[in-house]
Amino acid sequence: MAYVAIADRDAPIHDPHTFIEKYIWSQDHKVIAIQYSIVAIFVGLVALVLSGLMRLQLGFPDQFHFIDPNQYYQFITMHGMIMVIYLLTALFLGGFGNYLIPLMCGARDMVFPYMNMLSFWVYLLAVIVLLASFFVPGGPTGAGWTLYPPQAVLPGTPGAGLGIILMLVSLGIFIVAFTMGGLNYVTTVLQARCKGMTLMRMPLSVWGIFMATILGLLAFPALLVSAVMMTLDGTLGTSFFMPAMSSMGETLGHNGGSPLLFQHLFWFFGHPEVYIVALPAFGIVSDLLATHARKNIFGYRMMVWAILAIGGLSFVVWAHHMYVSGMNPYFGFFFATTTLIIAVPTAIKVYNWVLTLWKGNIHLRVPMLFAIGFIFTFVHGGLTGLFLGNVTVDLPLSDTYFVVGHFHMVMGVSPILVVFGAIYHWYPKITGRMYNERLGKVHFWATFLGTYAIYLPMHYLGILGVPRRYYALGNTEFLPDSVHTINAAITIAALIVAASVVLFLYNMITSLWKGEKAPPNPWGATTLEWQTPDTPPHHGNWGPKLPVVHRWAYDYSVPGAPDDFIPQNEPVDPKLGAGRDHGKGH
Amino acid sequence: MSNYAIVIALLVGVVAWYLVARQLTAKSWQSGEQPGDVGALKSAPARIGLWVFMAVVTSLFGLFLSAYAMRMHHGVGWCHLTIPPILWINTLVLVAASVALQLASRAVGRGQRTMAQLALTAGGALSIAFLAGQVAGWQAVGPSLYFIQGSPAIAFFYVLTIAHGLHLIGGLYVLGRSAMRFAGGAELIDLRQSLQLCSIYWHFLLLVWLVVFAVLLYL
Repeated sequence: MAYVAIADRDAPIHDPHTFIEKYIWSQDHKVIAIQYSIVAIFVGLVALVLSGLMRLQLGFPDQFHFIDPNQYYQFITMHGMIMVIYLLTALFLGGFGNYLIPLMCGARDMVFPYMNMLSFWVYLLAVIVLLASFFVPGGPTGAGWTLYPPQAVLPGTPGAGLGIILMLVSLGIFIVAFTMGGLNYVTTVLQARCKGMTLMRMPLSVWGIFMATILGLLAFPALLVSAVMMTLDGTLGTSFFMPAMSSMGETLGHNGGSPLLFQHLFWFFGHPEVYIVALPAFGIVSDLLATHARKNIFGYRMMVWAILAIGGLSFVVWAHHMYVSGMNPYFGFFFATTTLIIAVPTAIKVYNWVLTLWKGNIHLRVPMLFAIGFIFTFVHGGLTGLFLGNVTVDLPLSDTYFVVGHFHMVMGVSPILVVFGAIYHWYPKITGRMYNERLGKVHFWATFLGTYAIYLPMHYLGILGVPRRYYALGNTEFLPDSVHTINAAITIAALIVAASVVLFLYNMITSLWKGEKAPPNPWGATTLEWQTPDTPPHHGNWGPKLPVVHRWAYDYSVPGAPDDFIPQNEPVDPKLGAGRDHGKGH
Repeated sequence: MSNYAIVIALLVGVVAWYLVARQLTAKSWQSGEQPGDVGALKSAPARIGLWVFMAVVTSLFGLFLSAYAMRMHHGVGWCHLTIPPILWINTLVLVAASVALQLASRAVGRGQRTMAQLALTAGGALSIAFLAGQVAGWQAVGPSLYFIQGSPAIAFFYVLTIAHGLHLIGGLYVLGRSAMRFAGGAELIDLRQSLQLCSIYWHFLLLVWLVVFAVLLYL
């Protein structure tokens, strides 16, 4: 039977006719991607402001009287949860996943467009419920982003009434939204690729997003289970997690619940969540590096296998977040071992990124700057992760700023650098406009140097023993005065980085009107999204005929080829052969 | 919990092996046809979507049951659940619903409209009867907040049955839409996939219930 791509087999797809169908209730994956991205960035800005407020308190204690201890804990909690779930997860999967999967795979849209649209609106509902907790009596929860019971639902904790309930409900809604989106991403990758786009010809961006989605689909239920059970503990008085205890002189009705059970469930979700954020970043950065170094990615197959290995291993390391909670020493040994093993495929990826740059024709454009910056921050955060993966080193460092420095480096700054790099990279395709390169470079250097100025000293603070989670250090005897000076310096750096985000937004927004018109493929990239007949791509992406893929995604600088890149949909020239085949012997 | 992790790791391993064996050793930088072109996939997107969804639901119930086992192992304040006899009847009803939908699916495949209608109606009615039976089960186990607060086992019983029931209600919504199309005179060929997927989903929910029931009975 002659080949007919899935996208062309079914009835014609959902052409929008009205403004509302086109831009509001849109089923077009590109519009949904932009909707996801705008909401995620907005809520991320809220979290950024919260971190600024926290830093003001830490850098200049008692100077800002509108920040009290309760609010400080509320800021911490909301900052953490928003950044990890509502910004990074939503932006990488709902934003980039939606935009890139159909375009990079050569599909017209996601396979379930209606469900894709619902996914966004349910996500928006989750965000609204979450933000509503700022306006209820008692304010948002201040339980810390891990929401550990029993304190999360006890009266002394800020937001223990409606705040924590809204948080848990919002998480439940988010998981429903994610599941609807995730089913789309996985099925589209498996089923709607165009002819010739084998799994091993997919760009690494798609691989990273694909694997992260699988992790999310399997791991988010753990968060749902813990959220449901904690909601019942908090509202109906069940005892899943709540032990028998007295609170504020009053004996509570709970009996025999296990707070450790919550921690296991939470981290069974929480650790894969690190890779739900990291794997799309790994994939995207691979494509940025190859494109802007004009060189094929080093060790493509190894990169794919590493993504799969990391995905599998990420389910057996969760308890390294719980060393201080106490566990059987053999468990500690097991989880320390698996944690160190996961460093192997991760290190392979880092080597391959560096080797991709080796002898490449490196163009230091803005996306490339961010991609190279990511390698630095990720190596830095990864190495400190090796410290903390060991039980004996983790115990003294666990409750200090060393951990804050580590995880912000590895899953805060690193993915955010990739987010910025990716936005700069695909902006011309998404908007049809170029941005101001100089402003972009200023943004990069302010972000890169600024984040180092924030998080590098935190490692030093941690080794000094400065405890995390404290509203104010006061005149703690064992801390030298330099701690306070460093804290003030970190705050100033944080404010500068925050200001650079304003610069970024200014550049992105003004370029929509003032930017030069973008050519269809300004970076000379090989992947399919740059080969669309229109820029930005129209509804349906490809015009009357779907593309046909003839080669992998990394045919850069092929000897003998007229250009330094060959698009994936370019037929194989019998004289040239394909890609590296031809390059042999040169 | 660690048992669950092993199961997940094995599942991921099997999936990875499947992919590796088929495609992941391809040298994609070389010219010529590559193994694993998308044209090789015969399943419809909805079928793949359903299987992925069932994996998610498996994870959800696996975690609920892990939490059940851990909370029970923790022991404090735990008293075992006395299983009400009606759950045995409910189980048989769900088995019958699953069989009925299998028959409906087969009848649609063979073009037997009357048989399909009968089996479809029976499947829907039995599923609703199962849900009603579960509500009766709650009455038998402990019908008030007093019991739910006092016994984690009863609280788990409520959570597990409600979670399972909600998934069945979701299935009933899809089945109901198919039934409406059927009643509206849709061609059987157009309903074939929908009913096939419904029957697969019902078998899956039956399996989930059997595991949940076994855990409640024996653990």
